[in-house]
Amino acid sequence: MPNDLADRYRAGVMKYAQMGYWQPDYQPKETDVLALFRITPQEGVDPEEAAAAVAGESSTATWTVVWTDRLTACDMYRAKAYRVDPVPGTPGQWFAYIAYDLDLFEPGSIANLTASIIGNVFGFKPLKALRLEDMRLPVAYVKTFQGPATGIVVERERLDKFGRPLLGATVKPKLGLSGKSYGRVVYEALKGGLDFTKDDENINSQPFMHWRDRFLYCMEAVNRAQAATGEIKGTYLNVTAATMEDMYERAELAKELGSTIVMIDLVIGYTAIQSMAKWARRNDMILHLHRAGHSTYTRQKTHGVSFRVISKWMRLAGVDHIHAGTIVGKLEGDPNSVKGFYDILRETNNPQNLERGLFFDQPWGGLRGVMPVASGGIHAGQMHQLLTYLGDDVVLQFGGGTIGHPMGIQAGATANRVALEAMVLARNEGRDIWNEGPQILANAAKSCAPLKAALDTWGEVTFDYASTDTLDYVPTPTAA
Amino acid sequence: MRLTQGTFSFLPDLTDAQVRAQVEYCLARGWAVSLEYTDDPHPRNTYWEMYGQPMFDLKDAAGVMAELAACRKAFPNHYAKLNAFDSTHGWESLRLSFIVNRPKDEPGFELRREEGAGRQQRYTTRSYATARPEGARYD
Repeated sequence: MPNDLADRYRAGVMKYAQMGYWQPDYQPKETDVLALFRITPQEGVDPEEAAAAVAGESSTATWTVVWTDRLTACDMYRAKAYRVDPVPGTPGQWFAYIAYDLDLFEPGSIANLTASIIGNVFGFKPLKALRLEDMRLPVAYVKTFQGPATGIVVERERLDKFGRPLLGATVKPKLGLSGKSYGRVVYEALKGGLDFTKDDENINSQPFMHWRDRFLYCMEAVNRAQAATGEIKGTYLNVTAATMEDMYERAELAKELGSTIVMIDLVIGYTAIQSMAKWARRNDMILHLHRAGHSTYTRQKTHGVSFRVISKWMRLAGVDHIHAGTIVGKLEGDPNSVKGFYDILRETNNPQNLERGLFFDQPWGGLRGVMPVASGGIHAGQMHQLLTYLGDDVVLQFGGGTIGHPMGIQAGATANRVALEAMVLARNEGRDIWNEGPQILANAAKSCAPLKAALDTWGEVTFDYASTDTLDYVPTPTAA
Repeated sequence: MRLTQGTFSFLPDLTDAQVRAQVEYCLARGWAVSLEYTDDPHPRNTYWEMYGQPMFDLKDAAGVMAELAACRKAFPNHYAKLNAFDSTHGWESLRLSFIVNRPKDEPGFELRREEGAGRQQRYTTRSYATARPEGARYD
């Protein structure tokens, strides 16, 4: 009806809902990108209008009507808020569902996806706070990404390690060691029984240790440990640097020296991560991602981006490892939320699971799985809990729990490896490791003095604090 | 030295009862168990010799234990490992792999170096045993 359209596009300001960004009858298409936001509107802003504003500002809208919309298929390009639910038990907050047409996005670009979805809208005045809780990436879009350079299965085949979590340790102290001292820690930890050691997120190229020195000493350590054990070993050489050119230079040397794995930090940015993932695929290299910086926007429930969304973006972007929580360690992690992150990273397909914070079915279209890494305040005495919560496909990183061992670094590594193998053996035999775990460890320690010393030192250490990023959901009643 | 490839190499060698319990765990999940042996334990030696085909469709762990006994009898002084293969879509690889036989003496590996420019080294890992011909390495 021409007169209605003339009204709709008359110059001036109009509510977002009236502009077409609120469509409660809209049926999302299989190919739509879906986003779930937690919105906290300002006083007096109704939730539908707030949801419509988020849809508008993350797609085609600006603050006023523009006639140039009529030069486009604007009904299609407009994102549609199609559902608003109150957050259970949390007055003033709503879950808003928004659908985006696939043509709004450049294929294979996290930068483009995020520039739309989180580009402008988080500073929008009518909202007190905004959080991106979850996304559904349609399989048609998933297929435009490379995905993990190596993936869980191929990583295991390359390393020839099956049937148990991998073991790692971050070299400590994280700053100040010279290259020669640093390589000593790597050698001792790998020879003692770890599969991997790791640079920390802020080990790049500092006055106390330049990157070439670190790489040379670390690869000496890796090769010595490999010959001493007959087992493949690796160390995550952090190639994070100021520019892509520097990162490529460092990665190339890591490859020349025979490293199986390189590492980057989340703070290098989405485009740099995708570039390194493509480099890793081209060069048969495993790519480890440290999630440095994520807690600035993932931890608080009302504002930011949930780590489950970061997990999805990073699987698309193509990393092979990502730190995703320990549940029992020193860093934030609600058990069900962390299990949800692990599902996103590892499974071939994620059905909706509100209990774990997964609001949508998420097909992965054959993209390989990402190996989650559990790191931060974990020790051998928690092995039964770690194995129960996190399963087999995870890297358990015991930094302090290896290097701080009273009998030395090799003994610390051996303690962790024996504890792990004893626990996997017992689980496979059908034992109830959740309840019998401490007894299983104590038995294993009878023939392993390093494990006994580890249990005596840390057996009782726990980090029991309330999580801030917990889930808000009401269990769905079933017909049965 | 003790070769630490495989899932359980840091534990004392498994007894037959312990091996059998692991086999039952694998069979209960529908994984195909197979045996492989070698006298070249280099960490990059991917293809150990197959001792028969993977035992698809097997239900009873006794079948695996009989094959294992025969493999150990035929190659008492080789390395042997037991693998479990999962053909599920998205995995299609091993789920478990552990050593079930070792030579009496494990001489280990030499690390050879070739010095290059800029302090770089080219490393070669060589099993002391493989200086002798295949089949006569651990006699």
